[in-house]
Amino acid sequence: MSTLELHNVEARYGPVKALHGVSLQVGDGELVAVLGANGAGKTTTLRAISGTVRRSGDVVFAGKKLPRRPEATARAGIAHVPEGRGTFSELSVWENLRLGAYVRRRGLKEDAQRVFKFFPRLEERRDQQAGTLSGGEQQMLALGRAMMARPKLLLLDEPSLGLAPIVVGEIFAVLERMKSDEGISVLVVEQNANLALAHAARAYVLEVGNVVVEGTSDELRANESVRKSYLGY
Amino acid sequence: MLVGAFTWTEFAQQLAAGIREGAIYAGLALAIVIIYRSTRVINFAQGEMATFTTFIAWSLMNHGLSFWAAFPIVLAIAFTGGVTIERIVIRPIEDAPVLTIVIVTLGLALLLNGLMSVIWGGANRQFRGPFSTRTIDVGGVPISVQDIGIVLVSIGLVVLLALFFRLTKLGLALRAAAVNPDSSRLVGIRVGWMLALGWGIAAVLGAVAGMMIAPVVFLDPNMMQTILLYAFAAAVLGGLDSAIGAVVGGILLGVTITLLGRYVGFIGSTLKLPAALMLILVLLLVRPGGLFGRVAVRRV
Amino acid sequence: MRVKLLLELCGFAVLALVVAALPRFVSDFRARELAIVGMYFIALLGLSILTGYSGQISLGHGAFMAIGGYTTAILSLDGVYGHQIRDLWTIPIAGVIAGVAGLLVGLPALRLSGLYLALITFGIAVSFPQLPKKFDHLFGGTTGKILNLAKPPFGLSTTTNNWMYYLTWGIALVLLLAAWLLVGSKAGRALKAIRDSEVAATSSGISLATYKTLAFGISAFYAGVAGSLYAIANAYVNPDVFPIILSVYLVVGLAVGGLDSLVGLIAGAGLIYFLQNHADSVAGWINHLPALNLDPKQPGIPSMIFGVVLIVVMVLLPTGAGGLLRRVFGPLTTRLYTRS
Repeated sequence: MSTLELHNVEARYGPVKALHGVSLQVGDGELVAVLGANGAGKTTTLRAISGTVRRSGDVVFAGKKLPRRPEATARAGIAHVPEGRGTFSELSVWENLRLGAYVRRRGLKEDAQRVFKFFPRLEERRDQQAGTLSGGEQQMLALGRAMMARPKLLLLDEPSLGLAPIVVGEIFAVLERMKSDEGISVLVVEQNANLALAHAARAYVLEVGNVVVEGTSDELRANESVRKSYLGY
Repeated sequence: MLVGAFTWTEFAQQLAAGIREGAIYAGLALAIVIIYRSTRVINFAQGEMATFTTFIAWSLMNHGLSFWAAFPIVLAIAFTGGVTIERIVIRPIEDAPVLTIVIVTLGLALLLNGLMSVIWGGANRQFRGPFSTRTIDVGGVPISVQDIGIVLVSIGLVVLLALFFRLTKLGLALRAAAVNPDSSRLVGIRVGWMLALGWGIAAVLGAVAGMMIAPVVFLDPNMMQTILLYAFAAAVLGGLDSAIGAVVGGILLGVTITLLGRYVGFIGSTLKLPAALMLILVLLLVRPGGLFGRVAVRRV
Repeated sequence: MRVKLLLELCGFAVLALVVAALPRFVSDFRARELAIVGMYFIALLGLSILTGYSGQISLGHGAFMAIGGYTTAILSLDGVYGHQIRDLWTIPIAGVIAGVAGLLVGLPALRLSGLYLALITFGIAVSFPQLPKKFDHLFGGTTGKILNLAKPPFGLSTTTNNWMYYLTWGIALVLLLAAWLLVGSKAGRALKAIRDSEVAATSSGISLATYKTLAFGISAFYAGVAGSLYAIANAYVNPDVFPIILSVYLVVGLAVGGLDSLVGLIAGAGLIYFLQNHADSVAGWINHLPALNLDPKQPGIPSMIFGVVLIVVMVLLPTGAGGLLRRVFGPLTTRLYTRS
């Protein structure tokens, strides 16, 4: 059974339609990538799932239809790390993590310990204001916050944006461990197609609000037009 | 410029009175800051809401309850009222321009003021406070028990609130909703209800301020109007973003105004507010964000 | 774009015609009421330039109206070196003096932003009424000064109220035109740029200090003219003529009229006037509804009505009358534009 299914989802910003009927699937414990150029609708797809943008069409999560409000999606077990990390910059690192676990009641101490094991630098900066962290550290914090929710599905928007390659490598390494240790499914939006295909099992390519190509990473890498437009060779 | 003889005893008494005034401003200023931080709206109805709840306290006491018996009931009513007002009046326009929402709070203020006149009439009335008006000897200076009581209650409330915001999950959620509503939704916080909670807390602060000051100034529908102005001034002084600023600003303002009013001749009692505003203006020129406020420094 | 311009000019012409013809159809007393609405309209035009277009909030414009009103009073009564000035000629002088005061306020205002500015200007509004009381030999203290009744000049045979109506609305239309030209000009665009993003505006070479201070000065000029007219119409000035609440009413009128609209301000002015003076008749009208028994004379009822009307109007029209006008006429102009 797949964790997440989108059936012909449409989304609009006011009068402008950004998604024209997107269907996709994420299986249990799978890392799936959404690729495409700027403005293709990648971020909008994630927003449509978490309910932060007006959508029509069904989103089925763990077999149940997902309600359309972000607070409900969080409770259902989806953690959305938005574009720009969405850090609570005026609050401390610890408070940010605490907020990640808002929908849960116990076991926070152990979860925080786990996050600090993955990201020791966060433990060092525990009481620091989150806004003073570097870009890479904020991305780690955002991931850590998502981990605190013990989600079944992680929505990641452009994790590599603005980060040095080494840091990006660390982030993706953590993602792989989250996937293998806890069986979390991940839907990651990435402009860096090479990077995404290196880690994803399957991927979808969006253009102007439509899915134009889908398949396994190998299939996409073999696809001539994908190679030319998004992989650069 | 100095009026009358100066004695240390009187100075200490004026200081105490100033701190007491300041504690009241601090409470109301804190209410203003709480709503401002979460919604960027200045609630012009804060004062009238406070007076309204004080009238309710008066009515309860008139029906035989003691002050401390009525106190928690009034706080509960104030909280509910604040939450209700936010959900019913403010929520429909929460996406409107800030000016629109501010005008609505103005309308609310007028509505409440009129309602109070209609229900209770405009005459002054006595409000029997919980503290006796006798004085006790503090280091040779006779200080009113009432003043001490008012300051203790106000400060106690502020401390409770600070603990609530710092240590509880709900307090953290409130702060988060004020700081970043979008991310708050993503972690599962119901931001709309957090805003309502903020209004409820602000209403409670106002209710306490009202019940504390009413024994001193007599209760009538216009009781809080000047005090609200001072509270705005205090909030601006402390920095509209800062809860600490509201409290410090309130006390500082209370003390300064009282001392200025007593010791600087031509200010007297008519020019107290303009004098206060002048001082604040000068301060803002030097620190545009108030004492503790965070104003993004734009160097262009 | 030309079509939009043409439509606006047509609209202006229609407005001018209506203004010119109206007194024929209304009573003398109504003419006086409409004149006062016109004065509020002038003040709102100025406030709109400041708040709507340069983005600076002022909760103290009643003070500028007071400056205008008192200037007119002093000049026409005490005069300059004993030489009384005809009330008509005091109007521009009052405007200029108020405008200078505006420039003086605008300078320190540069350091304040948003709500801080609003609260400080509110402080000015609150403090201002105290001044006439303190310097009473010049300002007449709490009793104020009593002017001569306004007389139509050049022996025109018309009533005082009609004369005030034409004077006020004549000036209002001219100032409306001026405001419209300003908003459409390079200076107007600079103001809008400042409102939308000060950083971006400065980066484009716009001098923040010049434009923001000028905006204050111009808006104060408008308020001064309005105050001067009001003093003439009222035939006396004292601190209660320009109370604290006036500044608040002006901001209310601005919000109701719409921040981005000039003509919508007429609705705002109308509302201010109506609520101030006719709250009791609204109460009487509500009385006719079954089950409601409101004695309009009971103190508190007018406040309640004012409050409820404010809330209802702002909830129904969050962007003001101007926003409504735009929603109605906007699609019209765009459709015409794309067709041509």
